[in-house]
Amino acid sequence: MQEQIKKAVEAFNLIKIYGSGNTQVHALKDVSFSLSQGEVIALLGPSGSGKSTLLTALGLVNPPTSGQVFIGGVQVLDGPKIFVEERSFRRKNIGFVFQKANLIPFLDALENVQLALEINDVSARQARKRAMELLEYLGIAERANNLPTQLSGGQQQRVAVARALANRPNLILADEPTAALDGFQGRKVMELFRKVAHEQRAGVIVVTHDHRSLDVFDRTLQMQDGILQPSQEKEG
Amino acid sequence: MNLALKDIQHNRGRFGLTALGIGMLLMIVMGMGGIYQGLIEEALFLVNRIGADLWVVQRNSRGPFAEVSRIPSNLEDRVKAVPGVLTARRFVSHTIQREHNGNPLRIVVQGLAWPDDKGEWLSLQAGRHINSAHFEMIADQLLGLKLGEKLTLGKDAYTIVGITKGMVGQGGDGIAFFTISDALAIQLDTAAEQSRLEREARGGRISITDLGRFSPELLERAKGPSGGIPTLPIAFVSAVLVQVRPGVDPEAVAQTIRGWKDVSVHTAEEQRELLLKGAVDKSRRQIGLFRTLLVLISAIIMALILYTLTLDKVHDIAMLKLMGARNSVIIGLILQQAILLGAIGYAVAYLLGQELFPKFPRQVIITEEDLIVLGGIVLAISVLSSFLGIWKAMSVQPSDVLS
Repeated sequence: MQEQIKKAVEAFNLIKIYGSGNTQVHALKDVSFSLSQGEVIALLGPSGSGKSTLLTALGLVNPPTSGQVFIGGVQVLDGPKIFVEERSFRRKNIGFVFQKANLIPFLDALENVQLALEINDVSARQARKRAMELLEYLGIAERANNLPTQLSGGQQQRVAVARALANRPNLILADEPTAALDGFQGRKVMELFRKVAHEQRAGVIVVTHDHRSLDVFDRTLQMQDGILQPSQEKEG
Repeated sequence: MNLALKDIQHNRGRFGLTALGIGMLLMIVMGMGGIYQGLIEEALFLVNRIGADLWVVQRNSRGPFAEVSRIPSNLEDRVKAVPGVLTARRFVSHTIQREHNGNPLRIVVQGLAWPDDKGEWLSLQAGRHINSAHFEMIADQLLGLKLGEKLTLGKDAYTIVGITKGMVGQGGDGIAFFTISDALAIQLDTAAEQSRLEREARGGRISITDLGRFSPELLERAKGPSGGIPTLPIAFVSAVLVQVRPGVDPEAVAQTIRGWKDVSVHTAEEQRELLLKGAVDKSRRQIGLFRTLLVLISAIIMALILYTLTLDKVHDIAMLKLMGARNSVIIGLILQQAILLGAIGYAVAYLLGQELFPKFPRQVIITEEDLIVLGGIVLAISVLSSFLGIWKAMSVQPSDVLS
């Protein structure tokens, strides 16, 4: 039990099958892994290998066909059965970052972060304070009152990271967060994930094709045809 | 944080234009209601303002508004003799259309039982009441006639001595008030040639009867002015208006007059019923149905607008769901925008209507009751039309954010 609490996420024997009969596709084939709190891992693999399917399964968006998932020590999935109220659980325990920042276009940077807190029943005043702290933490406080269209891609991703961190989640799931950024900006965002994981004690899984920043991660996992390859621990 | 307001702030121009469009549509709905009320007001105007308790009309007729009524003018004296009657006066009303300054001029010619009725009950904007038995008239300002101007109707010219406001007949035409005899002269005006021909024809008709053969003097008279022939009927009027003494039940007086074989009598309330269920009923129903259609069309247009606004936000809604936002947050966003759109549209409709409706050729009366009812309808439309958008929002999956 003590062991489970220290884990941000644990997945056992995840299988995901799309379609039926002759058109069946096995997107996940008996995937098992765990992620500690404060750990940041990269999930690599070619397109169609099952990375995004794994991420959406862990995010309670697209449950697996079978297998169990524990987040923060709580069993949340047993196959397609979800044990928690998914939206409530997501807003308290899981943060998402995507290739596109997906910021709400009619809210400024500060409000985008504030919104994540307010929908988790944090008072407007407290939410604003915490949102500002997060923007300062991620080095983008001076753009707090700018709309997403007034921010660069890198700045938008920082706001998206701040939003993902807002409710102090156990787990942050990032799906190709640097795909739309140049190398410099991309590396800065990857470093940000490392900082967040280590300082905020969140488990971070980053799906990426960008091999230039792999040194930032504690571990890398490789997906191939729905099978998770043995992990590579970072040297030193 | 109010997401609906934030979104509107961000898309001010687009939302403003949409609200303006909705507002103009609602203004038409409001206007149709106003025209409907105006129609009723115009139809009942004379009945309500003339202050008669009973209307004595031609036997079995629903006159003088719903159909033609002709009764002898001396019926007034018989009615005055009925116990309980305070006043009885002749009523003449007909519509004429003449040319004035090159434009058609439609006038409701209304006879006043001068000298008993000089039109004191009329609220004058300018000038005075009728002081002479002939050739004076009071005109409503809708007719566009000026004080002191002379208007030729038939063989005579009438001077405008007073101007009223808002005095219109059931067709929306302005009313002009004359003495009864002048009103009849205008109604029965015949050309000199027509009179000459009639006299000749009269002579011809009487010459072939025994009366003509045995009374050559009568033959001579028949060829002269009609006033010289004692057997010709006296002038006819449309109705006799009765006012009963204070404390007397009009129905009791009506019962007495109903006993006469040559006339019918209607109370003021019956006269209103006759007008609303007869003369203006089809127009009323037509406008009512048209208004209902407009309300439905407004609802459909609002629903489509809100659906489109929701479609524009599908990605944001998916993101909100992924972040764990409750349905109430998303429903609130759409519903609040729908209600705001309706409220702003309603305000635009009201303000535009205040400016435009007075310029309409017929009365457009927006009553407080109508405004409240329309406000309720707009609220209901806003809520109902948001359902389509809400349904779309509820069908959005958090995974759509990945697409």
